[in-house]
Amino acid sequence: MNLDLLAALVPALPLAGAVILASLRRKLSANGAGGLATAIMAVAFACSILLFMGFDAATGGRTVKLLDWIHVGGMEIPLALRIDALSLTMMLIVTGIGSLIHLYSIGYMHEDERAPTFFAQLNLFSFAMLMLVMGSNFLITFIGWEGVGLCSYLLIGFWYKTPEYNYAARKAFVMNRIGDVGMVLAMVLLFQRFGTLEYATIMDAATGFNDPMMIAATLFLFIGATGKSAQIPLFTWLPDAMAGPTPVSALIHAATMVTAGIFLTVRSSVLFELAPFTQDIILWVGTATALIAASIGLFQNDIKKVLAYSTVSQLGYMFVALGLGSYSAAMFHVTTHAFFKALLFLGAGSVIHALGGEQDIRKMGGLKGHIKITFITFFIGTIAISGLPLMSGFFSKDLIMAFAFEHSPALFALLLIGALMTTFYMFRLLFLVFYGAYRGNAHPHESPLSMTLPLMVLAVLSVVGGVLNLPHLFGGHEAMKHFLMSAADGISNESLELSHTTEWTLMGITTALVAVIIYVAYGRFAQQATLEGNEAEMPFFKRLIAQRWRVDELYRALFERPYTWMSANLFSIAEQRVMVPIMTGVGAAANALGDGFRRLQTGYVSFHMLAMLGGLILFLIITLMSN
Amino acid sequence: MLALFYILAAISVVSALIVVSARNPVNSVISLVVCFLSIAGHYILLNAQFLAMVHVIVYTGAIMVLFLFVIMLLNLNTATEPMKSLGMRVAAVTGGGLLFITLAAAIRHGVAIAATNAFDPGVGLVKTVGHVLFTEFLLPFEVSSVLFLSAIVGVVMLARKEKHQPDAPVEPLTEAERARRTA
Amino acid sequence: MEEGIITAIRVVPLEHYVLLSFLLFSIGAAGVVFRRNTIIILMCLELMFNSVNLLLTAFSAHHSDPCAQVFVFFIMLVAAAEVTVGLSILVMMKRNVDSVDVNQLNRLKG
Repeated sequence: MNLDLLAALVPALPLAGAVILASLRRKLSANGAGGLATAIMAVAFACSILLFMGFDAATGGRTVKLLDWIHVGGMEIPLALRIDALSLTMMLIVTGIGSLIHLYSIGYMHEDERAPTFFAQLNLFSFAMLMLVMGSNFLITFIGWEGVGLCSYLLIGFWYKTPEYNYAARKAFVMNRIGDVGMVLAMVLLFQRFGTLEYATIMDAATGFNDPMMIAATLFLFIGATGKSAQIPLFTWLPDAMAGPTPVSALIHAATMVTAGIFLTVRSSVLFELAPFTQDIILWVGTATALIAASIGLFQNDIKKVLAYSTVSQLGYMFVALGLGSYSAAMFHVTTHAFFKALLFLGAGSVIHALGGEQDIRKMGGLKGHIKITFITFFIGTIAISGLPLMSGFFSKDLIMAFAFEHSPALFALLLIGALMTTFYMFRLLFLVFYGAYRGNAHPHESPLSMTLPLMVLAVLSVVGGVLNLPHLFGGHEAMKHFLMSAADGISNESLELSHTTEWTLMGITTALVAVIIYVAYGRFAQQATLEGNEAEMPFFKRLIAQRWRVDELYRALFERPYTWMSANLFSIAEQRVMVPIMTGVGAAANALGDGFRRLQTGYVSFHMLAMLGGLILFLIITLMSN
Repeated sequence: MLALFYILAAISVVSALIVVSARNPVNSVISLVVCFLSIAGHYILLNAQFLAMVHVIVYTGAIMVLFLFVIMLLNLNTATEPMKSLGMRVAAVTGGGLLFITLAAAIRHGVAIAATNAFDPGVGLVKTVGHVLFTEFLLPFEVSSVLFLSAIVGVVMLARKEKHQPDAPVEPLTEAERARRTA
Repeated sequence: MEEGIITAIRVVPLEHYVLLSFLLFSIGAAGVVFRRNTIIILMCLELMFNSVNLLLTAFSAHHSDPCAQVFVFFIMLVAAAEVTVGLSILVMMKRNVDSVDVNQLNRLKG
């Protein structure tokens, strides 16, 4: 089997799908379009599996060059794909979970009249994401980077008839763009230093510990990552992005696009290992994001917003892992998070679908009797994200926390607090939605198979996913870490050096505290559904958190107001008082000039004769002078 | 000889000035005739006999007579026209004066052109002129007859009294019509 | 006889004729601007023609070139044709605007 062809097929199929669906969007039915899109993603997934099975980790990866793209002066950037352990992992996630979400969307978007467009955009997104992870140089990745930003904008604002959704889409795009500036600057610096943007070449040639240029480049890369992966300060777009349809939230804002920042950092792990300053910054930003986002999630009342802040928080955990230098732990958490977060989002979508569009959890409750499959899968997702033992989330999160403890116990304590907050708000969500008495007005009904099947598959994965990187403690061989080591040299530096006793102790403490929290949450929410009161009546700190730390208001004051002030003033002063007079003045001057010359045409013969005489004299004088 | 030249030159200039400044057009015509005759005298001084004769016959005899005809025809002998504005007159005199000064300055170092032919005082005799006319300049000579033909046809066309029907009387547009047309 | 003629032609230096010709030309040019009567303007044009003829003849005599005199002949021809046409235009003008004042023809005023 020609591996190069397979590699080229993987991104090409969704691209073709997007083009076909977009051109035939008025002629296809919703189901037809969905079926085609899902089939394409499934074939891409099959190709990815074939590539995976045919992959020889010892070779370190192969580059599939599609064509000579840019060849200007000394700059040579081919359109090439890199198939190595890291890109294969991401490809499997994107195509695998992508296929499931496409399948789910068939049922979810069944009644939407623009469903074919939706599937076209989903396929386009998959193409862009695949280019991002499969690119062999920074520029191809950047193309995918921008592409997913664009598709995110399109999909968030899919129901464009509601103005707020458009603002949310625009906000997402602008914040992504701010991060993109960082990425472009990083690419420029790297090109200037290395003369190429190919990953393989740069990683081989990277030297210079604590080099200011390396620190600058990695900082810029991290800025790009914060934009895409919603870290502080560029995280406020993610909760607003819940305006898009739920499959979009599941695919883009849980499993794939938001992990692009982590992917980029792992890809460039060699560079980050050379810049410990940046790693420290990543560590603290990740910790802060994890804690702040978790705190906001405690008070949210929209089922999707809770999950959105949960995503931001979990991304923070991944960045903590990156900051500690434990790249494979971060990738492990990316994988398990993709499983259970997608599951949770799709489950939330199923709930919303069951209630005919209701998203406020204060109007839900007692649904476990009505929508059983959704309930069971959502329950599994909740315990996975809370890190209950032997679930996938348990292994990945505890691995990160172990690395944190190794770095400093204080960091472990902070992360533990974050984990407890996660448990609390997730179980609050679970209990308020599914337990107790139903507080709403709709008629809940179970979702069709096209929606519940992906839920079940993801639930299974959330349970057994821990097997991928089972630590020695449990008798495993850390398969993923060894697999990824061939791709990212930085991983060879990470090794956990805690004694087994310490590890067991940490796990024990964590699990015990988690159990306590579950018990508390059960008491508060499952039996009597204690809902928070009015915001105005809360004490100050609680109110601040309930108002999402007022970050949006801060940004509005810091950036939006000066910007609108500036543009208003630029309009009134620069434009109206300077530009407009200049413009009209040019016309008026031309007019006046024409008027002046018009006076020469008197119509009298003698005047013209005089003018001729004058011209003749002038001409003669000039001729005389020059001789 | 030189004295004769100066006298003739004086007559030319004075009569030219009278042409330009006379009130009555008939005076202008008479003065122009005098000017032409003095120029014919210059031709004779230069031994351009053929030209002098032709000049007197064509210019003085035909063209000035034609001018007089037209003046009489249009009954302009008693007309006195209003003068131009002062500025225009000053500008005219200035312009003319400047032109003369400029041209004179052009030849202040003398007119030095190498003669291409040997000195032949017989240039200007009818025989010489005729010889050149009918050998080198035969074609222009014949073509000038076409010129005359076109001049004649043009004159007849221009000066003919129109015999067509008068147009229907044009009434001014009413307001409504004007509004309709400019909308 | 030859002596006399040579003496006659060569006595008056060429510059005199050139200056005289220029003077007549300037007077004619000033006259076109100066006068309002169209007929007088046409006559001033004739004056300018003649000054040119004089110039040509003077050069022809001093440099013994008969072509110049033939040229003068042709100028006279053309001047004659031009006078006829000009006068007929003048007649038409008198017929249309009922005046020979050249300032009446100002329809091309911009």
